[in-house]
Amino acid sequence: MPHLVSIDNVDMRYGGAAGTLAVSGLTMKVGKGEFAAVVGPSGCGKSTLMKLVTGLHIPQSGVVIVADKHVTKPVSIVGMAFQNPTMLPWRTTLDNILLPLEIVERHRHRLRANKREYVEKAEHLLETVGLKGFGSKFPWQLSGGMQQRANLCRALIHEPELLMLDEPFGALDAFTREELWCVIRDLHAAQGVTIILVTHDLREATFLADRIFVMSARPGKVLKEHAVPFARPRDLEVMYEKGFNDMVHELHGEIASARVVA
Amino acid sequence: MSVVTENTAASVTPGKPLARRINWVKLAPWLYTVGLFVLWELLVIVLQTPPTILPAPSRVFQAIVQYWSPIWKNSLQTLYTTTVGFAIAVVAGLAIGLFIGWSKAIYAGLYPLMIGFNAIPKVALVPILVIWFGIGAVPAILTAFLISFFPIVVNVATGLATIEPETEDVLRALGAKKLDIMLKVGIPRSMPYFFGSLKIAITLAFVGSVVSETVASNYGLGNMMSSAQSQFNVPLVFAGLLMLAVEGIAMYALMAWIEMRMTGWAHRSSMSH
Repeated sequence: MPHLVSIDNVDMRYGGAAGTLAVSGLTMKVGKGEFAAVVGPSGCGKSTLMKLVTGLHIPQSGVVIVADKHVTKPVSIVGMAFQNPTMLPWRTTLDNILLPLEIVERHRHRLRANKREYVEKAEHLLETVGLKGFGSKFPWQLSGGMQQRANLCRALIHEPELLMLDEPFGALDAFTREELWCVIRDLHAAQGVTIILVTHDLREATFLADRIFVMSARPGKVLKEHAVPFARPRDLEVMYEKGFNDMVHELHGEIASARVVA
Repeated sequence: MSVVTENTAASVTPGKPLARRINWVKLAPWLYTVGLFVLWELLVIVLQTPPTILPAPSRVFQAIVQYWSPIWKNSLQTLYTTTVGFAIAVVAGLAIGLFIGWSKAIYAGLYPLMIGFNAIPKVALVPILVIWFGIGAVPAILTAFLISFFPIVVNVATGLATIEPETEDVLRALGAKKLDIMLKVGIPRSMPYFFGSLKIAITLAFVGSVVSETVASNYGLGNMMSSAQSQFNVPLVFAGLLMLAVEGIAMYALMAWIEMRMTGWAHRSSMSH
């Protein structure tokens, strides 16, 4: 499987030579179409990883390659979603979702002429995440879970090859979270997009991912890599199987010992 | 003066007594105003203050009728200098606010200067303006401008400077330039701050124009009041104050209305978290 994301022995330090070393000797490879999850103790540089892969930060040493290109500037083939949905309150949900198209180089010039085509695409995405007919609502008229669904649509509208999710479900209640797990699982299956999910929730990582990277405490590096063996499509029921719980347990142990070392 | 549109009429049924059918919340501003004038009138009657110290409101209204022509002319003059100064402040304040909010370095460099400038009492600038432009409408307009543009600048710059870092990351990862982020997020985001600041700015603009008219003009309510004062025509001074209050309330209400029309979304969303 060719690698879409390849991070090789990367060091990233904030605030000059004497600053904090956020990640050190980080090496990680994610194949095209794969669903990767990154777990670790808090402050392990997971957000730094997000910024390295998207080209928002350029590492001091080491190489980040995304889609066969050495990352030296923002890559624009990614979609991002954070825990905070950051919908713009003066735009309708539909216009919020169309926002990336006004930015990305290859779409922004054809947006006006092909508005209908794009609106149809956005409405299709809304339907996929279960928000059919909510496009004309303003974000503040939606619940937190609905805003996060719209946020996923916004991250996907420009057909990114890579989707970066930074604890997107962290602020939601347990049932909404499980619903959105299924939404993201189905999106991944239907669109063949590569996903890197940064999360604190080990059950979330195990349920969704093909591959889980366990990171150490700061300065972050990959301690261990797990392939998740459960067959797809996965049902929520898989979480009550013994193998699933054993895996979560094992991950939990690894992170607990990573915290002790720190 | 924001208009209260809370609809309590829905709970009204014809059978209820009159006191329950009246929308007291809507009526309150008028009742309190009338109450203030009644209290004032009673105070003057009880204390027997001479009209040269504190004229009764009835005496003030009488002065308004008696001197209506000069009051009307000078009110329009003051309204004119205030709104022109305010309009310049809006344009300049918006431009400077956007400029300052553009980058952290500009913000850091100009902010102390702005604070220092704002700390200068604007009345102290009037003599300089008179040296430059002579007495009349120009110093009044400029004083109104100088005193009212600061809150606009600060509010617009704040709106720009408080963009959520996640929003910026999402857009920058897509290849957005600084200009894109400003146009798509920064400027719309700072609009509620901008329109909110207009209410403060218009009130300050009246302070500036009247101060300048008082010391350096032959027109306007400020000038009218200072010459009335020199003739001990105190009811006319109070008539001028009343006109200023009326103009101030009217302009404030206009700004509040514009704010609601332009950025009503900001009142219903939780943008400021």
